[in-house]
Amino acid sequence: MSSGMRLRGLMRKEFLQIVRDPSSIAIAFLMPIFLLLLFGYGVSLDSEHIPLALVVEQPGADTADFSAALHQSRYFDTRLYDNAGAAQEAMMAGRVNAIVVLRADFAKQLRQPDGAPIQLIVNGVDANTARIVSGYVQGAWGKWLEHYALQRGLTPDVPVRLEQRVWFNGELRSRNFLVPGLVAIIMTLIGALLTAMVMSREWERGTMEALLVTPLSMSEVIVGKLLPYFILGLGGLVLAVSMALFLFGVPLRGSLWVLFAASALFLVTALGMGLLISTVARSQFVAGLVALVATFLPAFLLSGFIFDIGSMPPVVQVITHLIAARYYVAILQTVFLAGDVWSVILPNALGLLILAAVFLGLTWRNARKRLE
Amino acid sequence: MPGRILALMIKEFLTLLKDKRSRLVLIVPPLIQLVVFGYAATFDLKNVPFAVYNEDRGAAARELLATFDGSPSFTRVAQVDHEQQIAPLVDGKQVLMVVHVGPHFSADLQAGRTAELQVIVDGRNSNTAMLAINDVSVMVDRFNRDWAADHGGSVPPSHIETRAWFNPNLESRWFFLPGIVGILTLLVTMLVTALSVAREREQGTFDQLLVTPLRPVEILIGKTLPGFIIGMAESSLIVLAAVFWFKVPLLGSLLTLYAGIALFLLSGVGVGLMISSLALTQQQGLLGAFIFMVPAIILSGFATPIRNMPALVQTITLLDPMRYFLVVLRGVFLEGLPFELLLPQFWPMALIGLASFVVAGWLFRHRMY
Repeated sequence: MSSGMRLRGLMRKEFLQIVRDPSSIAIAFLMPIFLLLLFGYGVSLDSEHIPLALVVEQPGADTADFSAALHQSRYFDTRLYDNAGAAQEAMMAGRVNAIVVLRADFAKQLRQPDGAPIQLIVNGVDANTARIVSGYVQGAWGKWLEHYALQRGLTPDVPVRLEQRVWFNGELRSRNFLVPGLVAIIMTLIGALLTAMVMSREWERGTMEALLVTPLSMSEVIVGKLLPYFILGLGGLVLAVSMALFLFGVPLRGSLWVLFAASALFLVTALGMGLLISTVARSQFVAGLVALVATFLPAFLLSGFIFDIGSMPPVVQVITHLIAARYYVAILQTVFLAGDVWSVILPNALGLLILAAVFLGLTWRNARKRLE
Repeated sequence: MPGRILALMIKEFLTLLKDKRSRLVLIVPPLIQLVVFGYAATFDLKNVPFAVYNEDRGAAARELLATFDGSPSFTRVAQVDHEQQIAPLVDGKQVLMVVHVGPHFSADLQAGRTAELQVIVDGRNSNTAMLAINDVSVMVDRFNRDWAADHGGSVPPSHIETRAWFNPNLESRWFFLPGIVGILTLLVTMLVTALSVAREREQGTFDQLLVTPLRPVEILIGKTLPGFIIGMAESSLIVLAAVFWFKVPLLGSLLTLYAGIALFLLSGVGVGLMISSLALTQQQGLLGAFIFMVPAIILSGFATPIRNMPALVQTITLLDPMRYFLVVLRGVFLEGLPFELLLPQFWPMALIGLASFVVAGWLFRHRMY
C-alpha cells in the first residue's frame, strides 16, 4: 500500500469526523463571521462625542468665543455647568470625562501680560482617553487662539507650526489597523480550536494505539491530521479577508497572493500549535484548558494587535517572539495598509516558519515517545 | 442535604485537582499571564524610534531637536540625509516617525516668520500615531512659549493648565491591570465550570447523578461552589499581585471589592454552568466557553471604550458581566468609589448570575438523551 493511499485513508476518516461533528464546521465558518461582525463594529479607539463639562463662571463675549470653539469640535459632547462643584460631581459619577473651567476673571486675565489660565481636568483612570481628550482640547484651543488674533487684526504668530503627515492611514481610522489584527486573532482561535482536541481525543479513546499499529508513520499521521483542518481553516480565512475588504472597507495596498501565502503559513503554525497541545495534554480536558489559556489572550495582548510591542519592557518584547500571532499581525497590518514591504514581510515570515517547524517537530517527537 | 452537597463538592474538587496537569493548568498560567500581560498592556509611548532629517544648520533647529532627544517617549535611531531615505525607514518599521526640519527653519524663526516643522508618522497603528503626534505638539507648544519669552515675541493670551484626577501621571498600566484581574478571574471560572457538566454527559455519569437522591438544585449548588471557591482564591491572589507587585493603588474598601468579585464570580459560574449543561461533549463545552469569553473580553471596555461602539453593540454589552466588573474594579482601585455609587454595576451582575442559574438548572432535567 503506497503512502499516498494510507494518507488518503486517514484524511478520509478525519473528514468524516469533521462532517459528522458539525462543531468543527461551525468553528471554521460561523466563528469568523460572528467574531468579525461583532468586533469589526465593536472595537474602535476613535473617540468622538466625548462628554465634556464646560464650566463658565462668568459668561461674556470672550468665554462665548472659546465655548464655540469647543462646541464646534466633533470630538466633544459639551455640557455647560455654571459652577465647578456640579461638574466635579458629574465626573465622579462618570457622566463626563473631562472638565474645562473658565474662571470668573477669564476676560480680565486675558488682557494681562501673563494671559488667562484655562483649567482642564481629565479623568485619568482611562489614561489613553485622557491623553486624547487633552490633545483635542489643545487643538480646539489653538484654533480659538488663531481666531482671537485675527479678530483683533493681529497676525497669529506662532514661532513653529507643526505640519503632520500620517502615512498609510491618513484619517487615523483605528478600524483600519484593528480589523487586520482581528483577522489574526480569529485565525489563531480557529487554528488552535480545530486541532486542540484532535490528538487528545485519539489518546483518550484509546484509538491512538490502534492508529500506531497501522502501517502509517508518525509523520503521515501528523500530515493526515493537519491537512483536513488546514483546508477548513483556509475557507474561514477567505471569509474573514473578504469581510475585512468589502464590509469594513479596509484598503488592501499589498498583493492578495502575499496575504494568502502568509496566511497559509500562519495557519500551519497555528494548527501545529494546536496539535502540539493536544499531543502533550493527552486528555481533552487539559487540551481544552491549555488551548484556552495559550491562544486567545496572548494573541490579544502580546501580538501588537492593539498594544504596541515597541513600548513593552524588553523582557516582554522577547516573550512576544514566541507568539505566532505577533508575526502574522505585523504582516497583515503592513500588507493591508502599506503594501508589499519585503523588509517587514520576510523576517516575520521567517519567524512563522521557525515556529511552525518547532511545533510540528515537537509534536512528532512527543507523539512517538508517548507510547507506553 | 448539606451532606449530599458536600459529597458532590468533594468529588468535583477531586476531578479538578487530582490530575497533576490540570492542577498545574489552573494555577500557573494565570499568574504568569498576570505578570506578562501586566507589563505588556500599556498605551504609554516608550522609546518610540524616530529619525531626524535636518536640512538646517541653525542653532534653533538643534535646540528644538534636543527636546525630542530629552523626551522619554522617543529615541533617535537614525539620521536621514535625503528625502529618498525616509520611505524605506518608515515602511520597514525601523522608525515610527521622521522629524523633518526644512532648510529655512532657523532663518524663518530669526526673521519672526512662522517656521514649519514637519513630522511624518507611520499610521499603521493609529493609536500610537495619534499619541506620538500629541506628544510632539506638546513639545512644540513648549518650545514656542520659550521662544516667545526669550525673543520678545507675543505670548499667547491664554494657556491650558491640565490636571489628571485619580491617575496624575496618566499611567495606562493602572487602567489595564484591574482589567487583567477581571479577565483572568473570568478565565479561571470558565475553565472550571464550562466543562464540568459536559464531561459528565460525555462520560454518561450525569444520568447516574440524576438518579441519586440529589435534587437538581443540590447538583447546581454542588457544581457551583467549587468554581466559586477556586475563582475566589485565584482572584485574591491576582489582586494581591496587582497591589504589591505592580503597585496599583487600591483606594476603595476591600469589602466593596469583594462584593464585586463575588457577584462577578456568581455570574461567571452561572454562565459557565449554563454553557456546560447545553453541551453534549467536552469539545462543545469548550467551544461554548470560547464563544462566550472572547466577546465578553473584547466588548467589556477592557481595551477600547464602550462609548466608542455603535449603539447596537453597546446594547449587547449590557449582557456582558465583565463590563460591570471592570467598572467596579477600576472604581474601587483607582477612584475609591463607595459601595452605593457602584450599585448600578452590582445588580446587573446578580441578575445575569441568577438568570443563568435558572436556565442551567432547567437544562439539567430537560436536556436528556
